[in-house]
Amino acid sequence: MMVSTAGFFAIYRREMRAWFTTPLAYVFLAAFAFAAPAFAFNIGRFFDTNRADLSPLFAYVPWLLMILMPALAMRSWAEERDRGTLEILLSLPVSVSSIALAKFAAAWTVALGALVATFPMWISVNYLGSPDNLAIAIAYLGAFLLAGSYLAIGQALSAASGSQVTAFVLSMLATLLMTMAGLPLVTDSLSGTAPALLVEALAYSSVLERFSAFERGVVGLGDLIYFLTLIGFGIAAGGLQAGASREGGT
Amino acid sequence: MLTVDSVVKTFGRRRAVDRVGFTLTTGEVLGFLGPNGAGKTTVMRMIAGRLEPDAGKVCVGPHDMVRARRAGQKMVGYLPEGAPAYRTMTPREFVGFCLSVRGHSGPQLRDARELALDRARLGREANQQIGTLSKGFKRRAALAAAIAHDPPLLVLDEPTDGLDPNQKHEVRALIREMAADKAIIVSTHILEEVPAVCSRVIVIDQGRIVVDEEPDDFAARARSGRLDDAFRSLTRPSAEAAS
Repeated sequence: MMVSTAGFFAIYRREMRAWFTTPLAYVFLAAFAFAAPAFAFNIGRFFDTNRADLSPLFAYVPWLLMILMPALAMRSWAEERDRGTLEILLSLPVSVSSIALAKFAAAWTVALGALVATFPMWISVNYLGSPDNLAIAIAYLGAFLLAGSYLAIGQALSAASGSQVTAFVLSMLATLLMTMAGLPLVTDSLSGTAPALLVEALAYSSVLERFSAFERGVVGLGDLIYFLTLIGFGIAAGGLQAGASREGGT
Repeated sequence: MLTVDSVVKTFGRRRAVDRVGFTLTTGEVLGFLGPNGAGKTTVMRMIAGRLEPDAGKVCVGPHDMVRARRAGQKMVGYLPEGAPAYRTMTPREFVGFCLSVRGHSGPQLRDARELALDRARLGREANQQIGTLSKGFKRRAALAAAIAHDPPLLVLDEPTDGLDPNQKHEVRALIREMAADKAIIVSTHILEEVPAVCSRVIVIDQGRIVVDEEPDDFAARARSGRLDDAFRSLTRPSAEAAS
């Protein structure tokens, strides 16, 4: 995989600029900054737990990311194709891997901004009590990796889709499957009909299962590799799909 | 400067380009003519490294556009059909973006960008968002991006489409001005452009080259000596068959 530094940074800056010269990123950040605490306070009963931690927030973060990351990922390749600018990008002397990495890095930066927008809650729990800040930082790291995984998969589907709407719907379905795979609701309903090994594998590969370790303040090497593999797979799949248009002509 | 060696491209079951081959040297301005769907854009996309041929090869300078694509693309300035550009950028930002992807930075980027904007006659519109510009200025922005890195090979797909007569005149003058030290391919449906800027004509029809000669020789094919009559006599049979 060849990555051109100049190409990467130029495309990263253009992507970031594209986010922030339209209201899109601001709407996205505001939506996340409002919705995440709203879930934590109203459904997670933040104050009723009587604990100085952010578990009511992190319990709902995967579900919010499941909706918002596909919205962030849908435009990455589909918009380039819609507007004909993929023609410009692919005629520049830059590798498709640089383009894919830059697009991912820019969207991941916006996702990081969304997570940072919830920091007032972290500051609040420090004001109210003495939380385990290392555990909270690890939970944020997990949420960041989870956001990256959803984004990478979403961008791969954006590269494979003809339109942004199709990309959004497909990404939502994919992230929904990835999130729900390990839930008792799914595993219990499958346990009677599907082979036990498959049910176990499904539960093992669920992002919720992996994220729960981070929520508890534990960084497992396996969990880290799991998320990084998902991210790498998504970026590579998106790049390969976009690069394949050199052969197919679309 | 450019060698197109018997390239073939097939989309589905349709052979869009069928063993097209030609060479182009510095100083030549090649008019690439043909009816809609003849395969002109596909050939130009292959020259720009945007599309890979199914068979045959394209070499820009010493670089094979499949094996050493990026080295070849550094030598090409490409204005795609429809002149796509990022709508939220200004022409100044767009040209700067293309230059920075190509590895330019600092004063070198600034000088190249300003020269290209000046040559494409963007004027005050250089600071206006591309999405708000007229078709003519959008095309000039894309043209500025294509010439900014001073490439030895220019591939211009319908550079004057949508321009008013004054703008067409300016673009043709720019092409003539750059012709001395570049190899240039210009596709067009406007036949009056051929004697105005081209030193050679290739007519492509149904994916194959049917004419490769000087504009005067091409015009002489028609008894009237008119280019449009020569063009029609060569390409009408296929157009009629298609309809």
